[in-house]
Amino acid sequence: MNKKIISFPHLGNYYVPISFLLKKVTSFEVKPSPPITKKTVELGSKHSPDFVCIPFKYNLGNFIETLENGANILIQAGGGCRYGYYSEVQEKILRDLGYEFEFINLIDGDHFTVKELFQTFKKLNPKLSFIKFAYYTLLTLLMIRYMDEIDQYIRNNIGFEEVENSFSELQKQMLDDFSKTRSYFGLTHKFLSYRKKFRKLKINKPKDCLKVGIIGELYTSMEPFSSFFLEKELAKMKIQVRRFTNVSYLLYQKKLHRKKMLKYIPEYCKYTIGADGMDNVYRSKYLAMEGYDGIIHIKPFGCTPEIGAIPIIRKVCEDYHMPVIFFSFDSATSDTGIKTRLEAFYDMLKERKDRL
Amino acid sequence: MKGYMGIDIGSISTKGVIIDSSNQIIAKEYIWTKGNPIEAVKELLKKLKTQVQDQDIEIVGIGTTGSARKLIGAMLNASVIKNEITAHAIGTLSLHPDVRTIFEIGGQDSKIILIEDGIVVDYAMNTLCAAGTGAFLSSQAERLGVSVYDFGNIALTSKNPAKIAARCTVFAESDLVHKLQIGYRKEDIIAGLCKSVVSNYLNNVGKGKKIREPIIFQGGVSKNIGVQKAFEEEAGTSVMVDENGHLMGALGVAVLSKKKPITKQFHFSITDDHFETKGIECHKCPNHCEIICVRKNNQLIDFWGNRCSNGSLSK
Repeated sequence: MNKKIISFPHLGNYYVPISFLLKKVTSFEVKPSPPITKKTVELGSKHSPDFVCIPFKYNLGNFIETLENGANILIQAGGGCRYGYYSEVQEKILRDLGYEFEFINLIDGDHFTVKELFQTFKKLNPKLSFIKFAYYTLLTLLMIRYMDEIDQYIRNNIGFEEVENSFSELQKQMLDDFSKTRSYFGLTHKFLSYRKKFRKLKINKPKDCLKVGIIGELYTSMEPFSSFFLEKELAKMKIQVRRFTNVSYLLYQKKLHRKKMLKYIPEYCKYTIGADGMDNVYRSKYLAMEGYDGIIHIKPFGCTPEIGAIPIIRKVCEDYHMPVIFFSFDSATSDTGIKTRLEAFYDMLKERKDRL
Repeated sequence: MKGYMGIDIGSISTKGVIIDSSNQIIAKEYIWTKGNPIEAVKELLKKLKTQVQDQDIEIVGIGTTGSARKLIGAMLNASVIKNEITAHAIGTLSLHPDVRTIFEIGGQDSKIILIEDGIVVDYAMNTLCAAGTGAFLSSQAERLGVSVYDFGNIALTSKNPAKIAARCTVFAESDLVHKLQIGYRKEDIIAGLCKSVVSNYLNNVGKGKKIREPIIFQGGVSKNIGVQKAFEEEAGTSVMVDENGHLMGALGVAVLSKKKPITKQFHFSITDDHFETKGIECHKCPNHCEIICVRKNNQLIDFWGNRCSNGSLSK
């Protein structure tokens, strides 16, 4: 029997905590998919239905590359929107292509419980005790929270770094260090010391810098490759970026804040509109009230929940005189077009700000 | 006298203006790009030079815009390299400071720019299809055997414009052929095309935008009076067309270059230099970035296209 190698698709830097958890609770070798490149999208697009949303193509490309790289157990999640069908369809496509592998769907249907997750891992590793499972799952969640917190600091300041790449270098170091975590105490200690280091990095930030909020669909928000490194481009323009969607948000904050968000926007939404649609309407109003200079809404081409949210977001932005720009990403999107529109957006915000 | 030059290198045409310090146009030229931006700009510079040779003009500002703005910016050492949207807005505002809405239809793209109190507040550009742009109209003119310059006047003679399904260029073309084959008159087809360009524009680019007067229509297609009339019918108000409407992008960057003078002296003799571009694929990772190198007289002057430092070349 072949050696078992477990793998999963990419989502930003989250391969670090996911690998960490899998290493601790299974007995297999863990190998994340090779980093996303243009080839990943090409492979994914080639074997995907033409009109499926772009994250599907990225995930499928990841799977193909990781299978070629020797993996034989694949993990996928699902839920919310079309994402709920990813697992079944991708498994079928990969089998039709002739690959042999085990496929694990973490979220069957829309709901998912800790008990089910434990049972899934128990199947992979019969010796796994609930205590050990709970210990490492919570530790991983904490790691994700810490990562997201540092991320927020980075987005606020990376555009103003004095030494080029100082933020991303330190982030790399931190992720590397995080993956060697053993205990809660150790992790918290690492987090605190890196937070200190980040705060010590020299920045040159004017008080009235441009501030932009990124809202929209979750995958394009969290996987930089899929948004053509939008946040990096904004940083180059010296813009402070606020982004709400991260894994911590999706795992627990979202549910916790649902009622509060609906209460904030009674004139726009009376109920949720699928996936992160209502959340984005809330964020638009929030960003306008908080004095941000502009909003960038991103989504994959054909993302239904966001298409439903866009007219409402337009209305919010009209009511609050908030500049907004919408980007729709697909495998056939040209990055020149995005750059041109983004540059024009920057000019528009700058001009407005200078007027005030 | 000090002069400021703006060049707008589009997919189909290349436009250039030279202005003086009070934004007056002293030289202007409009030529076809013919798929070769470097040669087009050289030809443009020669023509501009002959227009200003009796005046003693020193070019102290250079700006570029349009899809080849980066390449030509590197070639001419431009101090301002701006996107088309901002350039058009600035150019138009320098001539018509009270304008509220700009319709712009060029060779391959079309845009709408909304202005409030002299600053851009919203804009959009076509994203999916080139149906309803200049390139589409000129290819159809060729099919119908009429010159694109006469298109607008022929359209005005029609009393019954044909309805042409113009959501997509390819289908519009097959619908057009079909209408010709079943016996529609040529002027009705041409008027129908002008109308379909407008409805396509308003349904796609102008979707969800509040269009306010005064409206100005510019870009190469604005020279087509049939399209202008169709816009007026659709919008229910008058739509201005400026005599220099096709030069607004170039004018915009020329105006912008006043704020940021060039550092290297510019000579028209640059047309004698040999410029060459070469695309090389970086094989250091599977991204396979295509890096464009620009060489002047066999010396590398600039490169771009690499996503990481692995692909950076030494100058």
